[in-house]
Amino acid sequence: MAGGSSQSGMKAALTLIGKRFASSLLTLLLVSVTIFIIAQLLPGDAAQEALGQSATPQQVAALRHEMGLDRPAYVRYASWLTGMVSGDPGQSLVANMPVSEVISERLPNSLLLAALTALVAVPVALAIGIGSAMNRGGRLDRALNVATLSMVAVPEFLVATIAVLIFSVKLRWLPSIAMASEEMGWGDYLRGVAMPILTLSVIVIAQMARMTRAAVIDQMDRPYVEMAVLKGVAPVQVVLKHIMPNAIAPIVNAMALSLSYLLGGAVIVETIFNYPGLASLMVNAVTSRDMPLLQACAMIFCAAYLLLMLIADVTAILANPRLRAQ
Amino acid sequence: MIFNALSQAKALPLSGKVGLALVLFWLAVALFGPMLAPYPVGAFVAYDVFDGQSAAHWLGSDYLGRDVLSRLLSGARYTVGLAAAAAMLASATGTALALTAAVGGAKVDEPLSRFMDMLISIPSKIFSLVLVAAFGSSLPLLLLIAAITYVPGNYRIARALAVNLAQMDYVQVARARGEGRFHIAIAEVLPNMIHPLLADFGLRFVFIVLLLSGLSFLGLGVQPPDADLGSLVRENISGLGEGALAIIAPAVAIATLTVGVNLLIDGLPGRGKRA
Repeated sequence: MAGGSSQSGMKAALTLIGKRFASSLLTLLLVSVTIFIIAQLLPGDAAQEALGQSATPQQVAALRHEMGLDRPAYVRYASWLTGMVSGDPGQSLVANMPVSEVISERLPNSLLLAALTALVAVPVALAIGIGSAMNRGGRLDRALNVATLSMVAVPEFLVATIAVLIFSVKLRWLPSIAMASEEMGWGDYLRGVAMPILTLSVIVIAQMARMTRAAVIDQMDRPYVEMAVLKGVAPVQVVLKHIMPNAIAPIVNAMALSLSYLLGGAVIVETIFNYPGLASLMVNAVTSRDMPLLQACAMIFCAAYLLLMLIADVTAILANPRLRAQ
Repeated sequence: MIFNALSQAKALPLSGKVGLALVLFWLAVALFGPMLAPYPVGAFVAYDVFDGQSAAHWLGSDYLGRDVLSRLLSGARYTVGLAAAAAMLASATGTALALTAAVGGAKVDEPLSRFMDMLISIPSKIFSLVLVAAFGSSLPLLLLIAAITYVPGNYRIARALAVNLAQMDYVQVARARGEGRFHIAIAEVLPNMIHPLLADFGLRFVFIVLLLSGLSFLGLGVQPPDADLGSLVRENISGLGEGALAIIAPAVAIATLTVGVNLLIDGLPGRGKRA
């Protein structure tokens, strides 16, 4: 692209991002179809479930009609989807209130937990990743490799259990149940969520540090780094002035990808600490087979996941020097 | 064959040897553990609940006064057995579909790959929770759910491998020779992707162990009276406050199993780039 002007580069990047965004939306739509279909496979429908075994067929039929379950599947899908989009995903069967209300109570808690975890995890992961990349092949790098490789495979509830044993049983610093309520001050809140954050961080950091290391090492193998080393630039300067500006986009990409591990981790962590978030709500919905609530929760998680993937891809597109303005 | 495996084991780095030892240990436990159990699995044998370590009960007693070691030995069989079966099913299905896509041309490859891309963008825990809610969680269903959840990941890796191989000269020669698609997929392409696929199988196994024990921990996986390692953590959760061995032992057991597999795969020569 020697002769390409910066404007055409920008345009190409925008087109690519637009396409990527459209394909995310399409994927989300297909995901909603999949989730809807799986939820419909439930043996016996919601009306039967609500009335119990002793209901007469007439009662069940009446309730089915009232709930709109006697309409064809595609009509129900269309009304569910338009409901989702307009912010009304239906009625929670167990809580007996609108799904949107149940979720709006829990969603901020989960978002806060995720934000705080990212705040803790990102700097630590960056330090570990860059540190072990600079020490490539050395003792520190190998030790960190084994450590992060092991942490990736450790179940969340072991990390949580060990955290409770140390901080709440032995040291008695922190409560073993996470509380979150309106009346609590920030100090109490932070004490309450310290252990969930710690547990989630440990899991995300391991993944993130490995990907950061890979991104930095990828840059280290480039000729421009060899050039800088050969002309006698100090190692720290090589990393800060030469590698980092080029590695930032791949690192942001790695961060977005590994933050998606938060979604799965939250399911276990919120449950073990009794944290009133979206993931524990979803587990409750599975246990009570509250399908409208479950479908809405699943869609939120999938949307969050796709958003993270979109961010990862967009940074990769913007970082591509063949597309970026020169 | 055996000498070959031995020399390969010797060539592993230290962490890989540790991993191999852990994997062999848990395989042995899954195979022979229940025979070695000192007490029947469901028997109430201790006077106290959440006993510490003692000569009669090496890993103490659980929340009902049952022997933790005996329950752990039988739980390991569920965890290892279910996960191994599910990982095999996932790998076999994913690879078979990938081979079909690789030799089937664009009109098979495109829709199949788009469908798998869609499935892969549902986080695995969320996907399995929806499946459990819809179907329930008997042992065969759990096996199936875990397998379905990890087919797309295997498909993606296997397809990338198979598509590359299908363009190699020797495959073109086989095509020109007039070999059928089935022969090309099974006899030409598959043998050359076995090594990376084995590494991928190990990773799927780790993911599935973590998924299934996570589900059991939530009470949505293996149902009583059966118990895998995740169920053991769940049922003894009330002992957390006193730091009971009954809750630590099964959690550590899962971790040593999954960490062992990870270390082993990482130590293998020419392993895949994925973490």
